[in-house]
Amino acid sequence: MPEKTYDVAIIGAGVVGCSVARELSRFKLSIAVVEKESDVAEGASGANSGVIHTGFKEPKLSLKALYCSEGNRRFPEIARELDVPYKKVGTYTVGETIEDLKKLEKLKEAGEAAGAIGLRILEEKELKQREPHVKGNFALLAPEGGITDPHEYTIALAENAAQNGVIFYFNNEVKKIKRKDGLYTLDSGKTKIKAKIVVNSAGVQAGKIAELAGNRKHAVNACRGEYLVLDKKTSNLITGMIYPMPPEKTGGIGVHLTPTIGGNIIIGPTAEYINCLEDTSTTAERISELVDGARFLVPEINPKHVIHEYSGLRAKTVKAGEANKGDFIIEENPGMFIQLIGIESPGLTAAPVIADKVREIVGRHLKLEPNKKFNPKRNKRLKFSQLSDAEKEELIKKNPDYGIVVCRCEQVTKGEIIESLRNPLGVGTLKGIRIRTRAGMGRCQGSFCMPKIMEIFRELNIKELTLKGCESSICVRDLR
Amino acid sequence: MMEKDLVVIGGGPAGLAAALKAREKGLKDILIVERGDHLGGILNQCIHDGFGVEIFKQALTGPEYAHRYIEEVNEGNIECITNATVTELSKDRILKIVSPMGFLKIKAKAVVLTTGCRERTREMIKIPGTRPAGVYTAGCVQNLMNLGGRMPGKKVVILGSGDIGLIMARRLTLEGAQVLAVLELLPYSNGLKRNIVQCLEDYDIPLMLSHTVVEIKGAKRLASVKIARVDENLKPIKASERMLKCDTLLLSVGLIPENELAEKAGVEMDEKTGGPCVNEFNETSVEGIYAAGNALQVHDLADWATLEGENAGLHAAEYAIRGVRGNRKLKTAAGNGVRQLVPQYYSGKQDLLLTLRVSKPEKNKNLIIRDGDRMIKKTFHKELIPSEMIRLKMTKEEIENTGGLTADVEA
Repeated sequence: MPEKTYDVAIIGAGVVGCSVARELSRFKLSIAVVEKESDVAEGASGANSGVIHTGFKEPKLSLKALYCSEGNRRFPEIARELDVPYKKVGTYTVGETIEDLKKLEKLKEAGEAAGAIGLRILEEKELKQREPHVKGNFALLAPEGGITDPHEYTIALAENAAQNGVIFYFNNEVKKIKRKDGLYTLDSGKTKIKAKIVVNSAGVQAGKIAELAGNRKHAVNACRGEYLVLDKKTSNLITGMIYPMPPEKTGGIGVHLTPTIGGNIIIGPTAEYINCLEDTSTTAERISELVDGARFLVPEINPKHVIHEYSGLRAKTVKAGEANKGDFIIEENPGMFIQLIGIESPGLTAAPVIADKVREIVGRHLKLEPNKKFNPKRNKRLKFSQLSDAEKEELIKKNPDYGIVVCRCEQVTKGEIIESLRNPLGVGTLKGIRIRTRAGMGRCQGSFCMPKIMEIFRELNIKELTLKGCESSICVRDLR
Repeated sequence: MMEKDLVVIGGGPAGLAAALKAREKGLKDILIVERGDHLGGILNQCIHDGFGVEIFKQALTGPEYAHRYIEEVNEGNIECITNATVTELSKDRILKIVSPMGFLKIKAKAVVLTTGCRERTREMIKIPGTRPAGVYTAGCVQNLMNLGGRMPGKKVVILGSGDIGLIMARRLTLEGAQVLAVLELLPYSNGLKRNIVQCLEDYDIPLMLSHTVVEIKGAKRLASVKIARVDENLKPIKASERMLKCDTLLLSVGLIPENELAEKAGVEMDEKTGGPCVNEFNETSVEGIYAAGNALQVHDLADWATLEGENAGLHAAEYAIRGVRGNRKLKTAAGNGVRQLVPQYYSGKQDLLLTLRVSKPEKNKNLIIRDGDRMIKKTFHKELIPSEMIRLKMTKEEIENTGGLTADVEA
């Protein structure tokens, strides 16, 4: 079995693991990220609303509130450095009754006390001007609420980390953790990765990983959130994020509507505690709950415009029915094992702040000498559909592969597909192509472009196309 | 900017026929834009026979059928570009085309939309469960097998007994896969009878009517599907649920006309057909833009798409040459028991071909075309089924002086 030794090993290539990797790559350290799936953002990082939260609904003085508001402030600069999309669209929490209005006013006060800026109550007229399709008599607007593409953000963090020397091990599930002579060994059955310091950013699996390292006090529960994605045709129905009044009985923030960077609307999430830490199914009951929830906010939403469903698992430190919402846990266990437990929403927003905290802990044990070659910049992939006509013309002249549209729904060209396979992380799955190019994310869900992508693989002499790594082959054999 | 008399978007059966008809009428500068690497559209992946029965009185394979038209297109020196996608179409018929030959901008005197249709997906019909590899639409698998030469799986369940599903059941069986069952949500199949006999019965593949897939299981590759019988409201019956182990699920659950270009050009659409609203000239609400084939309405036979394409091509040519347009004065309507009806408008000044589908199967019923309370035409049908399009020829004399037409299945 191959063995490699690093200063720091990070378990989990979600947005937090990749943020930590990028942050630590600023220093002269050898760093590995160990991931059980075939790509980054395979867990909750790739299955959330893509919202850069303001944090005004988080409990006062919680880590969630503090890290979220700081993360929100820092996000624009990170987005610039990493060439990641970011749009400030505003968060509207809509109400109908006088009682709702009173609650919104309270929410506003609490948000302001927590440091949120620009909060204000919109009267019906202004609400209707801004969001004509939304049902409601007034709304609390949080103008700092923004959206990003959570896949693209995590990919960007990981690619930048990789460019700065971080090594990624995909398809390596950590099954055993041992400690000997001041070094941890993370054993996946395929590779042994040794490290002085281990960071546990395994998301919903973090409790299990902590246990492998001998820490049994962190039970992580999975709270599943299901989502629906609407056809781009409906994108004119909202401009900002639309939330209902916070549901008092069920807790959470309720089924809401979020515009995505890609031009869709997503509906969700639901909240349901489940026993399995892997079960990202969708269910008939929740799908109808989502449709109802969405139509409550925007009655024009039609279930026939749903083009995709997915779900993600929140890593919860609390159990179903507990009044306490739970908070992030960042702790160092003796022997330099850093636990990041219960990193659920607003983890996407808080990730850079969490990464800073990890850096501080690492700095107490290892000397942090600046990596002079560190480059904070990473460039995004070319998106043909976003180019001007003249640029398109120019590009096709240079490379005719950009003149062949492979994915008709999202207008992704053959050139982009081939380019996406040359990614610094070495990911070459169908899902990997999908999240890097958007091919297959449109209304036909890949029915037309998947066979074409298989042809490109044949042309490039790549043996097999899988959906998401081993055991997920698209086809089983050639016919002749 | 390049200028063309006619641009036909889509080189399938309807598009080829439209271009040929326009050429026959004397139109010179015609361009066919095809997104695939060959002309013929979906016909190229339909290697089974049954094409051409109406037009050539002969059962051809899809590629053979396409070949007849492609040869004529080549002989007629009609310009074609393949691997080319129209990304934009404006109201004033300016097209933007992405092709390996370059990024093209063309102003067309007339445009025929023959962009075909797409398949409904697992996500559209919202089958719950996980999202593993092995869940594909039937047409996608037909492409993988017949054009790509690849086998998608070994143990297959097919949901939907439309023709593509039936044909793929046979195709998969012939290549060595085990097709466990074809499930159909409705109490009757929507496929042609000949396909049920030749594709299922001949191979002992069970057709399970009033059944559906209620859950998809498997983390990486499909492991099993949970199936259930449905009640008269098409709701799954919990007590009838059972698991079928399989590695592949094929979906043949309906087709949707592809009209993103038409919609962006501001063309009036029909909720029921999913295609543009046209008059008897196959003219849409936007001047100079015509529609035909599966982009206009989903057909059962390629032959019908061809004939519709010819009509669109004929009138697009008349418009491009002489500026002749139809009108949208009078309306047609799908009445009782009728799901959809094309064309949506007519002039009352010439013969009219009505194409329609009923909502549910009926036996020994009259189909009535009326203008308000006045009966215009009555035809008797031993059998009416939604999967078979009814083509009803109305003469000029019959529809003269009508103020609109409604089609009903007699109660």
